[in-house]
This record gives sequence, structure tokens and C-alpha cells, in this order.
Amino acid sequence: MGNAPDPPAPFPLPSHPGGGDSPLPPRGGGARGGRSRRGLSDRQITNLFLLPTLLLLIAMNLFPLFWSLYLSFCDYHADRNQPAQWIGTANYAALLASPEKWRYFTQTATFVLLAVSIEFVAGFGLALLFHRKFRAQGLLTTLILLPMMLSPVVVGLFWQLIFDPKRGIFNYLLGLGSTVWLQDPGRAMLSLVLIDAWMWSPFVMLIALAGLSAVPEYLYEAAAVDRASAWFRFRYITLPMVAPLLLIALIFRTMDAFKVFDLVWATTSGGPSDLTETVSTSLYRIAFESFDTGQACAFGYIILVVIIALTNLYLRFMARVKGEA
Amino acid sequence: MKKRAMRLAVVWAALLSLAGCSKPADPGAPTSGAATPTSAAAGGTLNIVWAQWDPAKYLQQLVNDYTKETGVTVKVHEIPWPQFQQKVFVSLSAHQDTYDIIVGDSQWLGRASENGHYVELTDWMKEKLDLDSFYAPALEGYGEYPKGSKKYWAVPCEADATGFCYRKDLFEDPNEKAAFKAKYGRDLAVPKTWQELYEIAEFFNRPDRNLYGVALFLGKAYDSVTMGFQQVMWCYGGSYGDPQTFQVEGLLNGPESVTALDFYSRLARFTPPGSLDFYFERCLAAYQNGLVAMAMNYFAFFPGLTNQETNPRFYDKTGYFVSPAGPKGHFVSLGGQGMSISAYSKQQEQAKQFLEWFAKEEVQRKWAELGGYTCNKKILESETFRTATPFNAAFADSLPLVRDFWAVPEYNQLLDSCQKHWNAAVAGIEEPKAALDATAKEHAAIFQKAGRAKQATAGSGRS
Repeated sequence: MGNAPDPPAPFPLPSHPGGGDSPLPPRGGGARGGRSRRGLSDRQITNLFLLPTLLLLIAMNLFPLFWSLYLSFCDYHADRNQPAQWIGTANYAALLASPEKWRYFTQTATFVLLAVSIEFVAGFGLALLFHRKFRAQGLLTTLILLPMMLSPVVVGLFWQLIFDPKRGIFNYLLGLGSTVWLQDPGRAMLSLVLIDAWMWSPFVMLIALAGLSAVPEYLYEAAAVDRASAWFRFRYITLPMVAPLLLIALIFRTMDAFKVFDLVWATTSGGPSDLTETVSTSLYRIAFESFDTGQACAFGYIILVVIIALTNLYLRFMARVKGEA
Repeated sequence: MKKRAMRLAVVWAALLSLAGCSKPADPGAPTSGAATPTSAAAGGTLNIVWAQWDPAKYLQQLVNDYTKETGVTVKVHEIPWPQFQQKVFVSLSAHQDTYDIIVGDSQWLGRASENGHYVELTDWMKEKLDLDSFYAPALEGYGEYPKGSKKYWAVPCEADATGFCYRKDLFEDPNEKAAFKAKYGRDLAVPKTWQELYEIAEFFNRPDRNLYGVALFLGKAYDSVTMGFQQVMWCYGGSYGDPQTFQVEGLLNGPESVTALDFYSRLARFTPPGSLDFYFERCLAAYQNGLVAMAMNYFAFFPGLTNQETNPRFYDKTGYFVSPAGPKGHFVSLGGQGMSISAYSKQQEQAKQFLEWFAKEEVQRKWAELGGYTCNKKILESETFRTATPFNAAFADSLPLVRDFWAVPEYNQLLDSCQKHWNAAVAGIEEPKAALDATAKEHAAIFQKAGRAKQATAGSGRS
């Protein structure tokens, strides 16, 4: 490009009262080079603004990430006044060899599979219903969205009352007598799934509604002209157009359900026995009850790898779906 | 020039706004970064941490006298029970001076003392306090570690034990008495043994009338089912293990323990539906709602049952009794806490002065009047104390019977194992023998890993 001479100014600028210099930074070398004669350049100011955020990010995210990775290879208890001792992969080996921890992974996977499936079907179904115009649609949509705005601990406490065998409204409405839910070995996990589905189906509905609103109307009009059936319109227009957004909802819900903690802690504490213990509640026990910090870090990294692997699977699937769409 | 000044102003404003996210410097603000308590060092304030329950409120009332006498403000910070242990140990692990005095569970002594979180008080207590004034089992349970070592880490604060409350209106009903005698061949009276309690629970268990025999500690949270079952295990001759050698196998899963767990699981059939997560709050609620004829609980919760506001249906119809005996002895689970000084407190001397004041007899007398369970021997054994409330006599009779869980630093892992398997046993998920075998195996592994199984010296709990 070379150093082309500066073009003449389109409008003559008034003289600066202090002397004849323009108040604007010098063109060419000044602005692009990033330094005014005496002040900070735009680049420097940008960096200065970014610096606090970067420092915070390093201090709050990156350092703990690498430090905890180091600790995961150490025998270290945060409640003991003793330094961390390097033990290599012993923490990982102990965790991966523990049948109990594998069972917690299985239980968590069961919870995720059941909860997210119900949320997916219920949320999408609700979205299809609420996509049509009807009276009090706004009010009803708001009411349906309320559960996901509550704290999971509050939801857990609500549902403890709702599921109470003697006084709970759940048994009363369904005429189930004194059926035990949260404390029954056979129903505890199912109860947690129901609570999670109640809470998070509206989230899937919200995302699906956004997707449905974005489907061009002319596609349906064209399908109507061709006398396409309702199923055909759903299968070949609605679903492919909404699928990418639904998959995003699926990723969010899967990741969130996989690390479920507060809901379980507030309702069952992992019981009866450890039948509803999830990887997160188990991690909490290692970290804050046993204070086996090294092993807790290792367990945290194992969970992280699983979540990353799951997310990658979803992303690949989403890319394929997008390609087809 | 103006532009430059403007840019600099913007940059400084941004930096200041970031800095402004934290509070401006305040001489009274805590140095530890903790949000609520005020630093002891800065403002002459002593911070005591305890669980969120009535005794903590009584203590806050009591310490107002100390403030009047000395000018030192004492704040009692309450943490809900489910988070109590975690919050305190996170604070201690971070070496925070947030709390000067910790009113901690008896099981914490080993963990907090061996890891240097508590200040050793042995010499100071021997010099400043009259150790004979404390009820001996309370001093041992709440202050001594290792047991029998005469090393003290806490001044006994709130004595407590498990006991039972019962519906006098049911027990004294002539028709019920006659029916009971006809069925069991003896008078309906407060049970003296676990077998008698079983029969009474069975008798009053009437699901069709929304009445159940008994509410028990069965839950998975914290130490619920362990505190409920361990006393039955001891009464049947079982044991956690040898506190000298840390041998567990054959003792924790011995035939006596198995019989006891089998008994406790059968007794759990007479509890209300959904009671597998019962601990003190839910046992109390079940009793107050008229769901059960008898309820297990800590004595510290019984003042609420005599209150018409909190127990409108049975405040004047409730009786209390000591946890029953078994075929091999009579033992009761220890509750309660001692007052320890944080090793990270910047006001350890002031904290000691407070403990010295708290241990005085006249203060202990007022502590008992407010509703706290004093550990002062003279007051505990006085007739005035025994008759002060409907439950004090049962409490005083329970104290000589107390035993505690392991107090070693690994107590939490040991507890976790008990909670998981014993909750499974009462839920019918595991057979009593299998549950105890699994617990014994895990306990042995924990002691092995901690290097204790080889030791044969220091005791670590009257197990």
C-alpha cells in the first residue's frame, strides 16, 4: 500500500484557541500508530481497560484451574497444616478403581437421561402449544416460567412438602394415600427427576419458542398449498428449523443436570443410603466433609473431562443437524 | 490537554469502580474477608460461632452480662446445622480469624486439635478453672483429647444427650392402659428397656388413625441415624472398635451389633411413612403434629415442647424419659458442645477471660436458668435443677450414661460410612449383617490409611 500522502480535509477545521493545532489527534501516524504526542494511544487505553479483567480472570479462573490440577496429583488436605505431597496419579487411580464412584456416575447418568428427556419432550410440547395465539397467553407463559426462576434449594424444600406422604398435596391430588416418594429406595430417584423436570421444562420451552418464532411463515403456506399433512409440516419444516436451538437447550440442560447438587442436597442428601448420590454430592463430601482436597480436585477433573466429552458429542451432532438443515 | 485529562479520568474511574466493589477501609471490618463477624482484634468484640438453635440464643442473652461487666461485646454467630461443620472448618482451614471462640461438636476435637486449629487449654484450665466443678463425663466428652490424656481443648459449654418425649394423654388413658395390659401382660408405663419401648411403639402404631409408635433418628444427613442407633448398639453389647488398637473387625460387626441393628430396623417399622430422613427437626415436628406416641430427640430441643406457642396441642401433656437400657448395659448418645479458642484468633487472651467468666458458678446458674444445659456438677446434681423443668430430671439421669462417637480427625469419613450403611439397613436396602460388615471394612480401611491401626496407645473416644 505504501505511504500515501494524506488526502485534504473535506471540511476546513477551526483553529485551536491555544495555538493553531487541531484538537483532533494527528491523522495517519497519530491515530493508526496508536500514540498521540503526549497522551495514551487508543491501543494502550484499550489494554488498560482490559487489564483489570485479565488480572481478575488470571487470579480467579486460570490460577485456581492450574493449581487445582497440580493438587489433583498430591496428597493434600486443606484442613491440615501440612504441605501438599506429590503422589502422581494415585488420586485418579483410586477414584477410577472405586466401584462406588462408578455407581455414582451411573446414577447421575440415569438422572440426566430421564430428567433431560422429560424436559425435552415436555418443554417442546409446551412450546408448540404456546406458539399459537390465545387469550391470556402472556400471563400463562409467565406462570409456566416461574419454576425456573426459583432457587433449587427453595424448590427442593417446596417439593419436600409437596411429596410429604401424610400431608403432601401430590398424594392428595393423585389419590395415592401415604405413598412415600423422596425416602423410598425405589422412588427417590424418580422423585428427583420429576422435580428437575418441573423446574427446567420451562427453560426448554423458552428456547423452543424462540426457535418456532423464527420459522418463516411462507414455508407453512407453501406446504399448505401442497396439501401437506400436519405431521409432514412438523417433520420436514418445524423440527429441522428448530433443531439447532433445541440442541443448544439440550447441551445446557445436560451440563446443568450432570452437575446437579443443590436439589439433591435439599431433598434427599443422597439418600436413602446413597441411592440418589450424584457425582457432585460425592465431590462435595470428599472436598468439604472429608477435606481430602487432592482427591476432590482429581474427581473434579474427571467430571470436567466427562462434561467436555459429552458437550463435544452434542456439538458434533449439532453441526451435522445444521448441515442437514 | 482536556482530552488527555478526560481519558485519564475515565481510566481512573474504571479502576476505582473495580476497587469500589469491596467496602472502603473500615477499622472495624473483619481482616479475614468474612462478611458478617467483626474482627475481634479491631473493636474489642469477641465472636463466638455456634449452630443455629435455641441454646445459641440463650448464650447471646447470657453474654450481655459479660458486656456490662467488661465492656467487651460478644456476638454469637449462628450457622444452620446442615452447614455448621463445613463453614467452621472452611474458616479454620483458611486460617481466618473470623471466630474467636468455636462452640464445636465433641467429635471435632481430634480433627481440630491435631491439625492445629484449636488452642490447647490444658495448663490454662488447670490454673484458672476448677476442673472438679465440671461434671466429669462432660469435661471428658467436650474437652479432652485424646480421651484419658488429660489434655484439654475446650471448656464444656452445652451438655446434651438423647432422650425421649412421650404423650402422657395416651400413656395415662385408662382404656389404653387396659388394652396394653391385656395384650402384653404388664402395665403401660415409661419404657425401661428397648424391648419395652418396642412393644409400646407396636401398641400405639395405628396407621389407620394417623398415629405411629415412635419417631427415631433414621436420616442420612450429618450424624442422624448414627446417633440414633449407636446407643442401641452399646446397650446390646456392641462397639465401634477398640479405642486403643483401633481394631474394628469383629467388634463393630460382631453378633451384638448385628442384633442391635436388626432390632433398630424392626423398630423403624413403627415410625411414620417417609421417616427415613428424620433427624431432630422432623422428629420434633412429628411429635408436635400428633403423629407419634413417642419421639427420640436431644434434650436441648425439649424446651420447645413445653412452650404453648410452639407445641399448642401437647405442651401440657408431654412427659420425658431417659433412653432405655439394653440387655448388656445402659448407654446414651452424647450431644452437646464445648467452647474452644481458635488458633487464628487475634484475641486469644480475651477469649480465655471470657471462658473463665463463663465457667463461674453464678454464670452457669444463670446459663441453666436461661435454658442452657450447664456442665457444672453442683448445679446439675441440685434438686433445684432437677425440678426446674419437666425434663431436667431425665436429662440429669442421662448424663452419667453418655458415650460418644470416635473423636479422631477421620471421624467424618467414619461417620459417612455409618450413615450410608445404617440408613440402608433401616431402609431395608441392606441386611443388618451386610451393613455392619461393610461399615467395619470401611472403618478398618480408614484407620489403616490414617496409620492408626498400628498404634496401640492413645484412646480416641469411648467407643
